[in-house]
Amino acid sequence: MKSYIIRRVLLVIPVLFGVSIIIFAILSLFSPEQRAATFITDVRQLRDIQGVIRKHHLDAPIYMQYFSWIKEVLKGNLGWSKTASRPVLEAFFYFLPNTVELSLFSAPFIILIGIYLGSTAAVHQDKSVDHITRAIAIIGWSLPTFWFGLLLLMIFYGYFKGLFPPESLGLNSSLYVNSKDFMRFTRINTIDALLNREWWIFVDALRHLVLPVITLTVVQCALVMRIMRSSMLEVLGRGYVITARAKGADEKTVIKKHVRRNAMIPVITVSGYLFAGLMNGVVITETIFNRKGLGWWWWRAAVQLDIPAILGAVLFNGVLFVLTNLVIDLLYAYIDPRIRLG
Amino acid sequence: MKVSITNRKRSEFKEELLPRIKEIKFSFNRFKKSPLSLMGLTLIIFFLGIAIFAPQLAPPKYPHNPYRIPRDGYSAIPRPPSPEHPFGTTEGQYDIYYGVIWGTRTAFRVGLTVVGSILVIGIILGSISGYYGGVVDEVIMRIVDTFMSLPTLVLAMALVSALGRSLDNVMKALIIVGWPSYARLVRGDILSVREEDYVEAARAVGCSNLRIIFRHVLPNAIYPLLIMASLDIGAMVLTAAALSFLGLGAPVGYADWGQMTSFARNWIVGPPDNPLAYWYTITIPGLFILFFVLGWNLLGDAFRDILDPRLRRR
Repeated sequence: MKSYIIRRVLLVIPVLFGVSIIIFAILSLFSPEQRAATFITDVRQLRDIQGVIRKHHLDAPIYMQYFSWIKEVLKGNLGWSKTASRPVLEAFFYFLPNTVELSLFSAPFIILIGIYLGSTAAVHQDKSVDHITRAIAIIGWSLPTFWFGLLLLMIFYGYFKGLFPPESLGLNSSLYVNSKDFMRFTRINTIDALLNREWWIFVDALRHLVLPVITLTVVQCALVMRIMRSSMLEVLGRGYVITARAKGADEKTVIKKHVRRNAMIPVITVSGYLFAGLMNGVVITETIFNRKGLGWWWWRAAVQLDIPAILGAVLFNGVLFVLTNLVIDLLYAYIDPRIRLG
Repeated sequence: MKVSITNRKRSEFKEELLPRIKEIKFSFNRFKKSPLSLMGLTLIIFFLGIAIFAPQLAPPKYPHNPYRIPRDGYSAIPRPPSPEHPFGTTEGQYDIYYGVIWGTRTAFRVGLTVVGSILVIGIILGSISGYYGGVVDEVIMRIVDTFMSLPTLVLAMALVSALGRSLDNVMKALIIVGWPSYARLVRGDILSVREEDYVEAARAVGCSNLRIIFRHVLPNAIYPLLIMASLDIGAMVLTAAALSFLGLGAPVGYADWGQMTSFARNWIVGPPDNPLAYWYTITIPGLFILFFVLGWNLLGDAFRDILDPRLRRR
């Protein structure tokens, strides 16, 4: 077990190094002039762009640039994001709460609904329940997130006269939230509203959350559902399930205790992909619903060529994904005796 | 003498082919029995028909550049379906019917180019990695790990913004993002097949490495690849559409479903007395994306049920 953990932790290093290479490769795809633009703060500098390039060594050999860049990154200096009008690292913490809120509300639905539907489908394999859930999964998987979100807006914002509006807060509540009377603990609207005992803000924040959460859940749920189904089917055919049945355990106990629990392990392994899917979904969902979170910021950055923010986005996703996978693998080793003892 | 050799070869060839034909027949029978897979095939054939007959269905106004959607005026307000514009016009008076018809060609081009390229790259790198092992394997697999540790859309977004906005660059970005999972799959298959007796036998007879990979290893690993490719055509078209929607793909006025959906963003809510007035601007291009992707996903799912030996004989 110990050697497994050490091996697994060491494996993080080459991947993080690889991520840094990818980010730098993206950076060097931009022309020196485009990159010089990130250093220009004054119109007068435009007269001497070549000077700016020379001053910041943008024409130096590529490996020299890589070392000076990585030195800055390790110091925590990721540059200035013009779309957020603050340094990248600060902007990151500024936009994080909105995204965390969205993921916090979607993840339980994605996992619970996915596991429930997936296991129900497997238990009733080849019956109508199975066919219907599979059809739902395939349709959910094929839905363009941006289109589905817009359709929801069209119906619940347009047709039902502003029942579930876009953005993250209404005008009144956002004025109040940003005033001095409102204590910001976590900067997550719903949690802060609860801590301040301002129910109307809590309700308002929830109303703004409904559509994005549905959008994310419907699209992401399919993956969990599909994996849960196939893993349940596999476990249902195992010897210990037959044993349990032979000993006279009723079907409910067999499914609950023997099958579903074991079938959940593959779901844990793919939750890394779930995280990646969530991040992809967040970019689109936040853009459509105009929720000012990380995804929205990255979209602005990509459209407006905000190079430091784009690179910061890749770095953040790389680091977080590597860490998530590390945690998952260690968790997996802890749960699965074949690895724990092997 | 010469005749006998060719005869021998021919009979050998036949013997080798027979089980494969039987296999294809069996798969085809299974395929026919599944309504979902037939639906998938129907959808794909339907879209293929639209793509092939696009010039007849929607005669281009600019023959040198048929992907440019013709405009009928410059007003921003969309106009509802009429005999002249069967699906109406979207923001800027772009004809929706023309856009979705020629957009089918765009979708096929994006899906097939991207998945074709990542199949080739993935098979080559995966085979090298799995067959030779050692340092080569270690290096290729660490590169694969790195790419797979980044969310597709975020990485593609960064790449497109660096390469410049265009549909070609979207395809390039998707190829860069997509190949690693194929390389990993091929490598795993090769590792599991490498130790099989028939590969050992082929090696003992003196087959070259290339021949072993292409004649003995890959044919036995091809089905999972086919399944993944079919599912990925849908996924890649979806991601490309998302990038176009976000303003990072096809240029304005280009026949592309994602780009057409982005026009609709400003028109999801109509005037107060008729909030659903502009439903056609968003619904129609979106349905085309949905059914196209659905078709490939159904097909991939059907392949999985039919070709996966663990599932099919149940």
